[in-house]
Formats: sequence, C-alpha cells, structure tokens
Amino acid sequence: MSSKNERLRDEILKRSGVNPKKCMRCGKCSATCPAYDEMEYHPHQFVSMVENGDIEPLINSKGIYRCLSCFACVDRCPRGVEPAKLVEAVRLEVIRKQGANHLTADGVEAFLDGEIPQQAIVSALRKYSK
Amino acid sequence: MQRIGVFVCWCGTNIAGTVDVKAVAEALKNEPGVIVSTDYQYMCSQSGQQMIKDAIAEHKLTGIVVCSCSPRMHETTFRKTAASAGINPYMVEIANIREQCSWVHKDMPIGTEKAIILGKAAVAKVNLNAPLTPGESPVTKRALVIGGGIAGIQTALDIADAGFPVDIVEKKPTIGGKMAQLDKTFPTLDCAACILTPKMVDVAQNDKIRIFSYSEVTDVKGFVGNFDVTIRKHARYVKEDVCTGCGACIEKCPMKKVPNEFNLGMDNRTAIYIPFAQATPKVATIDPNYCNMLKNGKCGLCAKVCAAGAIDYTQKDEFIEEKYGAIVVATGFNPISMEKFDEYAYSQSKDVITSLEFERLTNAAGPTAGKLLRPSDGKHPHTIVFVQCVGSRCEACAEKGKEYCSKICCMYTAKHAMLTRDKYPDTDVYVFYIDVRTPGKNFDEFYRRAVEEYGVHYIKGMVGKVTPEGDKLKVQASDLLLNKQLHIDADLVVLAAAIEPDKSARPLATLLTASMDTNDFFTEAHPKLRPVESPTAGVFLSGACQGPKDIPETVSQAGAAASKVIGLLAKDKLTGNPCVAHSDEMMCNGCSSCERVCPYGAITYNDKEFRMPDRTTLIRRVASVNPAVCQGCGACTVACPSGAMDLHGFASSQIMAEVDAICK
Repeated sequence: MSSKNERLRDEILKRSGVNPKKCMRCGKCSATCPAYDEMEYHPHQFVSMVENGDIEPLINSKGIYRCLSCFACVDRCPRGVEPAKLVEAVRLEVIRKQGANHLTADGVEAFLDGEIPQQAIVSALRKYSK
Repeated sequence: MQRIGVFVCWCGTNIAGTVDVKAVAEALKNEPGVIVSTDYQYMCSQSGQQMIKDAIAEHKLTGIVVCSCSPRMHETTFRKTAASAGINPYMVEIANIREQCSWVHKDMPIGTEKAIILGKAAVAKVNLNAPLTPGESPVTKRALVIGGGIAGIQTALDIADAGFPVDIVEKKPTIGGKMAQLDKTFPTLDCAACILTPKMVDVAQNDKIRIFSYSEVTDVKGFVGNFDVTIRKHARYVKEDVCTGCGACIEKCPMKKVPNEFNLGMDNRTAIYIPFAQATPKVATIDPNYCNMLKNGKCGLCAKVCAAGAIDYTQKDEFIEEKYGAIVVATGFNPISMEKFDEYAYSQSKDVITSLEFERLTNAAGPTAGKLLRPSDGKHPHTIVFVQCVGSRCEACAEKGKEYCSKICCMYTAKHAMLTRDKYPDTDVYVFYIDVRTPGKNFDEFYRRAVEEYGVHYIKGMVGKVTPEGDKLKVQASDLLLNKQLHIDADLVVLAAAIEPDKSARPLATLLTASMDTNDFFTEAHPKLRPVESPTAGVFLSGACQGPKDIPETVSQAGAAASKVIGLLAKDKLTGNPCVAHSDEMMCNGCSSCERVCPYGAITYNDKEFRMPDRTTLIRRVASVNPAVCQGCGACTVACPSGAMDLHGFASSQIMAEVDAICK
C-alpha cells in the first residue's frame, strides 16, 4: 500500500471509528441495502476497499451520494462494522478536499459571537475535531 | 529451621528465554534455610527429578522449592518425587515463574527480578511448612446424570454397563431430548428415532438405571464421592407405576387445544398427554396449566376412562434425597429465540421457521405426518430459502445473538436442503452461507453431494431482509461472488438459529459450584487434556452443555465422561486434600461467621465444656470443621474475626511470610 493510500485509509478509519478487520465477509450489509443498485461500490465492497486503502475510487464515485444513510447496514451487521459510517467519512473527505470547509476545531473559536446558537457551536466542534 | 533445596527449571526456553535462571538460582542460595540451589533444563524430566532426589539424600533436605511452571501442571510430579525420596509431599512448594512470570514479561531483567521474588516467597513459606497427611473418604458407588438427551442416555448406559447404578434426572416427562425431535441424522441420513429409541429402551430395561422424569435437581450438598442430592419429582397427576400408557385418557380429554411443545407449537395436544409414541417412560402426564379438573374441578374424564386407575388429581411434588459419588451434567441446548431478528419476519409470518421446526415438518410423527407443507396454508412450498448463521457469529448484537459458531448448522442445513431436493425435485432450494464449515468424517463430502448431486443452490452471502407479501416471502439477499443483490420470491424461509445452553444450566452450575463461561456453557477442567471434567471434583460434562456439538461428538464425549465416572466409582476410598481448615477452640467466639460463608457446609457448631483456670467449667459454643467435606477454599479463615480459623498448608503465618518476602 502506498503511503498516500495508507494515510487516507487511516484518516477515514479515524474519522469513522470503524474497524474493518471485524468484517467476516458475510455480505449482510449489501443484502440489506435499499440503494444497492444505485451504488457502483456496494456496502461490503466499501469495507474491504477502505481496509485496502483503495479510497480514491470511492472519493470519485457518485454512489456515495446515493447512500441514504438509512443505517440498515449498521443495524444488521452481525459484527458491528458499521459500513454507513465509512460512506459518511468518504463524503467528508470530498468536502474537505474541495477546500470549502478548511477549519480545524481550534479555528472554531474565532467565529464565535453571541448570535451563533449553542447547538451549532457544538456540532462545529464535533465535525472539525474528527 | 528447615533444610531447603531450590531447583530452578528452564522449561527449555519457556522460562530461560525471559528469566536468567542461573541468576535466580544464585540469588536464592542466600535465603534463610536454603542449603542448595541449582538450575536444570527440564526439572520435570526423569533426570531432573533424579537431581532432586539425589540432593535430598546428599544434603538431608527437609523442604523443596521448585521454581517452574504452574503448580496445576507439575505440583503432583514433584510431590511424588519428594515422597519417593522420603520427604512429606506437602513440604514441596512451587514458585510459578512461567505462567506468572516468563510468559507475561518480555524484558529479561524484569522477569529475572520477579522470578527471584517469587522464589523468595516460596522459600519463606516452606520454612513454615509442616508435614501433612491426607485423610480418606468413602465413595458412594452411584452416579447421577442430569439431563436425559442422547448425551445423558449414552453416559448412563456406559456407566451402568460397568456395573454401577445410575439415576437420570430429566425435567421433561420423557427422556430423548432434542435427538427425539430430529428426523434424519447427518451424514448417514439414518432416521434419528431408529437409532435413538433402541437406546431409550435400553435405559428403561436396564435394572441399574432409574429414570426420574418430570424431575429437577433442587439441591446438591457434599463433595466428590459423597454428594447429597435432592430431586424434586413434579406431580404428573398420574401414578407412574400404574399407568400402562394405553392412551385412552388422551382420546377422551376434552382440552385439545394445548400447544404441543414436542412439535414446537405447530400443532396441538391434549391436557393429558404422552409427548410421543416412543416416550420413556411411556406414562401420561397432566398439564396443570390446561387441565380443567385441576384448574376448576370440572371434568375428571381421564380418571373415568383409565382402566388401570392411574389418575390421581391430588398428587403432590415429591422430594427424593439420594447419595451419589459422581454427577454428570448433560443439560444440552436450545435454539435461541428468533423474535429479535425482525429482518427475517419470523414473528410476522408462519412460513418463516427455524431449522428445528423444519425437522418436525419433515418428521413422520410431526404435525404434517412428514409431508413438507407450509405452516400458513398447508401448500407444498416450491421455493425454499435456508439462511445460515442466524444469531451465530454475531458479535455486535449480544442482545440478539451469540458470538460463537453454533457448529451444527452447516451440516443440518445441507441435510435439509438435500432431503428436500431428494423428496421434492420440483423445489428450488437456496442456501445462503457466510462460510460452509464441515470438518468431520464424511461431512464435507456430504455437503458437496447436496451441491453436486442434488442441485442445491449454495450462495455465498447473507439474507438481509424477508418481507411477507401476499402468499410469498420476498427475500432480499446478496450474492458476494456475483457481486449482485438478489430478490427471491420464496414460499418458505428456514432460519438456522444459533444454539445456546439450556436455561436450567446456570442455576444448576450454582448448585454444583461448577464454573461456566460467559455464554453459560460449562467450563471443562482443561480444554485439551481434561475435556469432560468440570474443575469441580466429581462433576463431569457430557454433550452440548459444554459447547455446541453434533451427535457423533456428543456420544463420544458421553462415553468419555462415563469412563471418568467409572474410574471414580471403581475406587473404594478417595484420598482427600489435607489442606483443610481447622479451628482453635480456645480462640473461637462462637459467632457463626465461618459457618455462614462456608460454601460446602463443612462447619458445624457444638456446645463444648471448657475447664476454666479457676476450676469452674464453662460451656461454650465453638466451631468444628469436617475435614472430609472441607475443600480448603479458605473463606472461613478470612471471615473469622478472632483468628481462630486457619488452613493447613496455607496458614495465615505462611501467607504473611510470603507477603513479607515479596515486600522485603
């Protein structure tokens, strides 16, 4: 695995909190997925591709926006792998790559004023500390 | 002062790899009482033992410290070595520098330092050791088998065959267990009843075996060789010795809508019933939850038609007390509940069934007389989907399933698929699998036959969802090899439910003080070398109560457990453990704390007359320990507020000397 792929993989795993080694290749995530035919990479492939550091094709895949985040795969996975969280982490990677949200958790403070709702501050910190 | 010899074992590189054994031997030379200290590659070998014997003779040693593996491994070896050289075996102490030192440390200086400390503690203890002589206890030459499935039946037959009386306690009205519910057995496909019922008859006819059916063990006291067991015989409201099993009562019973548990609720039975034709004992039982006569006194038909006069509505639970030398646990398994697996629609559709229900649907004595018909409409199913690993290997959903592999499902699913294709070639059969696990004699060949000769569609993938729609079951699944999502309109879905230990196992383990794992399977004394014994002496394990097992494995384990029981019962006396508690009557204040904490009931209190210094007498209540019952756990020594209780071989002074040596 190239060092770039390794870095990307570690980033995705850290952000999602998913441990793909727990996957036992049963395919129940893909069996349960309602958006299966809309995605070129199916939930079970997502898990092994992330494990192998094959992240670029996932970033370039339109399928990540077809995932409904219904979490059926998360609910039914017998091993607690949570494939939907990987999809979410890859989406986040795209957003960050676009440079639109180049913030870190430390940077959030600079934007604080009396107008920002507390909930927004908390979610900004949560989002950018991932 | 003792004359102590210290022997440090290398255990090849097991110890010497992380512990500088020479440095340990050298360091221990200067400990009080140590006359000689040396090391050797394998202390347990004959030459190692000879070394100890020679040292005993040469240096007139009175105590031995062996720094080696866990005392569970070789304590007996070295005690025998010492005894053969004329030293009391209880003058030997083991310092565990393998499991508790070399195996848990990577760093040589740290490992060496700890080994020296452990050695010092052992030396300090030996200095206070005293020779001990074990007592003997008699053996009750009768065995108890708890559970009357194939495991219990086989164990009982084998023990009886050796000439010892055996009692089987079975909580159901008949013995036979799960195997009696099965149709065919893999990999030879002989009918389960054809091979089980002869054994059930053997049990019934064997004059060495008594069956306590519809009974439970409610209390266990005593210890290996001398268990006192209380058995509760539930009232079946039928006199067992009078009933002929003719079945006239069953024909006349008006209460015909009782869910039949033998057919897993797929049909009904009467309130008075015999579970199945070959039931042993073939005696009717009245279900008090449904019998009108027992509930409100209105009926009594069965008593009227019973020619033998066996019905007795006033029968009460009976408690039987019996002595046993050995106890075999054979409590078996159950499929887990499928109610929590909503995605498979088990609770929503009658046509989603478990594999055990499938067995009953294909069994000639089952609800459909052996015809494979859908439970919902009685039609013949043309597309059947089998789902493997439902609740097995399920780590994430502990509240739903089990982390372990249930082991038997791959084979019985192959059997079901094959038999379906054989009997109904017009049926499409799909099996969804994660892995097919078929290790076993002729097992993989059997599975391959299902695929190659019978055309069963094996698909690598899981079923994600089953949705009842009209009279079909919409099955959504994945085919991982084709990388496709499949949609199958099925008529019947069969779930290979994970298996779990019977619910009665946990309370029984408490009664027996036998240990269990987190899944409630009984733990064996050693996973490889003592697989049929519980760590609790005198308690043995047979069948699926110890872990998922198929019939061939269960029968072999049942025989192995029986041979262990026979080995025990063949002895006239058992050598006890001399490391038992004893009470100093002068210090005992009669508080009963020790009696309350003793798990073995070994402590009793007696009034005793004491002569006081002023020549008067005083009657005081003091504790006394029955050394035959005491197992030396030491709970009483901790509970005793006055320090009157102490343990031979593990005296408080010895433990404190060890602690001092460690903290020095």
